[in-house]
Amino acid sequence: MKKIVLIGNPNVGKSVLFSRLTGVRVLVSNYPGTTVEFLEGYLCVDDEQMQVIDLPGTYSLEPSVPAEEVSVKMLSLSDIIVNVIDATNLERNLYLTMELIETGRPMVVALNMFDERKHRGVDIDARQLEKLLGVPVIPTSGITGMGIKALKERLKNVPAGKSFFRTHEERWSSIGHITESVQRLSHRHHTFWEALEDASVNHAWGLIIAGGIIFAGFKFIRFVAEGLINTVFEPFFQNVYLPLLERLSVILGQGGLLHSLLIGKMIDGKIDFQQSLGLLTTAPYVEFVMVLPYVFSFYLLLSFLEDSGYIPRLALLLDNVMHKLGLHGFAIIPVLLGFGCNVPGILGTRILESKRERFIAATLISIGVPCAALQAMIVGILGKFGGRYVALVYAVLFCLWLFLGLAMNYFLKGYSPELLLEIPPYRFPALNLLAKKIVMRIRGFIIEALPIIMLSILVINILQQVRIFEFISALFSPLLGRVFGLPKEAIWVLIIGLLRKDIAAGMLIPLHLSVKQLIIACLVLSMSFPCIATVVIFLKELGWKRLGQAALIMVGITTLVGGIMNVILP
Amino acid sequence: MNKINLVQMKAGQKGTIVRIEGAEAFSKRLGVMGMRIDKSVIKLSAFVFCGPVAIRVGRTVIALGYGMASKVWVQLEKK
Repeated sequence: MKKIVLIGNPNVGKSVLFSRLTGVRVLVSNYPGTTVEFLEGYLCVDDEQMQVIDLPGTYSLEPSVPAEEVSVKMLSLSDIIVNVIDATNLERNLYLTMELIETGRPMVVALNMFDERKHRGVDIDARQLEKLLGVPVIPTSGITGMGIKALKERLKNVPAGKSFFRTHEERWSSIGHITESVQRLSHRHHTFWEALEDASVNHAWGLIIAGGIIFAGFKFIRFVAEGLINTVFEPFFQNVYLPLLERLSVILGQGGLLHSLLIGKMIDGKIDFQQSLGLLTTAPYVEFVMVLPYVFSFYLLLSFLEDSGYIPRLALLLDNVMHKLGLHGFAIIPVLLGFGCNVPGILGTRILESKRERFIAATLISIGVPCAALQAMIVGILGKFGGRYVALVYAVLFCLWLFLGLAMNYFLKGYSPELLLEIPPYRFPALNLLAKKIVMRIRGFIIEALPIIMLSILVINILQQVRIFEFISALFSPLLGRVFGLPKEAIWVLIIGLLRKDIAAGMLIPLHLSVKQLIIACLVLSMSFPCIATVVIFLKELGWKRLGQAALIMVGITTLVGGIMNVILP
Repeated sequence: MNKINLVQMKAGQKGTIVRIEGAEAFSKRLGVMGMRIDKSVIKLSAFVFCGPVAIRVGRTVIALGYGMASKVWVQLEKK
């Protein structure tokens, strides 16, 4: 089967084009480095099936970050190259094109974002460009689907060229000739968007705008999530689902093994969604009523910010602070992803250059960044007692995050590379892509979370049946009691926390803890070992040794911070 | 005359890149991102405590660290 690779500069729309060609749904965003590993899909042209590979963006064939190395390696295995270039930024994009042409492999140029060039004041003669480059050039737009059919047609028969070599200077001089003869730039006044673009990277205005966006973001997440809980999910569970469960409970004889597994314990003779701990009661309630609305509203906001192009600006504004932690501003992207789920957060550290940075970022994410599911539970459990307690948990985690970063930067050998980042123009997010992205993320969340939530509940029930509960609780009771001031049953919260943080936090409810104990438990749960999915991805990305080191830091920090909070909180 | 680096430049000033110091790989890297000799740049922001610098070069906005910015020399545009 023929292998086609999509290669081009970062943020030129390769993934949207990939999605158009293959129908495979992929996450795309308006910042460089969305694709950190290659993606595969299939395309059928006249009954001939071809494999299509979407590669991480690269500026040249001399890679400087791990994600770029992937691209260069995969290129040597390809049969046809589709070089995706940004029509609004022709000159810079052509450098990679020159290098690719020199390889002599069969290739087609997709002149992407062709529809956007007009209002950016660029006019390009695509035919002339094709003539000068000596390879087919097809104007396309991934967003609207323009030119996709023509591109597929051209892929049927792509001739190979000859391989040759040019120096760096020769390439640029050739690019100079080409752009002069095919491109016309019309002068136009600064648009509102461009003025906003400049203001939002400015040292003074930028910080004000960032502060406003973060504040509004928090308000937005709570507004949407609480709105969904109060008007949709809670009424549905109470009015529709509960009566069904009550009937099932009667059928099951209100007792016995199956009843306790499916429905769980009856609290005051009734099903209590938060406390019953059954497969059909607490499991779906935690997932759909307490967590999903927050996950949804978080991803709605994040996806909008990603597609608008704001996030790289945040990276610039935070670069100073992040440098003190041994990272550079771009590391804010994996951190933000980590607030949704730690797994993509740790995967996202691939955009960072050095192993040291990746370790610092991944450790900071798994200790100091609670995922959306855990945050939803913290808000649900502690919020009842007052917003300031939730704020306290966040404040402690934030201080810890800063302190830990400073310490790792101080103790780990090496230095942190400087920021070098292209900041994309603002674009109003294409709503169909935005919707697709949110659907994908939510589906991913449900598919990943639901089985493990079910498994957690099953494990709890089985352990309760076999009486190992008391033995282990007694074993850990001195540590939990003396250091954290928590009852011995809380050990199960920590153990289940290894599977899922949200269901673990839910197990705090039946323990009827004081506010102080709840604060400590929430902190301990956030800081201690991440859930199993995160551990696996950490291991895969950074290896046993690094995972061991991170685990030691986690145990140390959790004991220290939990112990200190137990002493200083009234 | 009037040659200063991107760090010394003030936000809002315009100029033309005349020299890029440092290793060849560094100037190549900046080149493929659009920053080359004879390109005109506008400085957009400068952050305190040796923070990064943001510039607009052609149609691209690029953020670069303090150390890198101090290696890029520009000829200021006459007012």
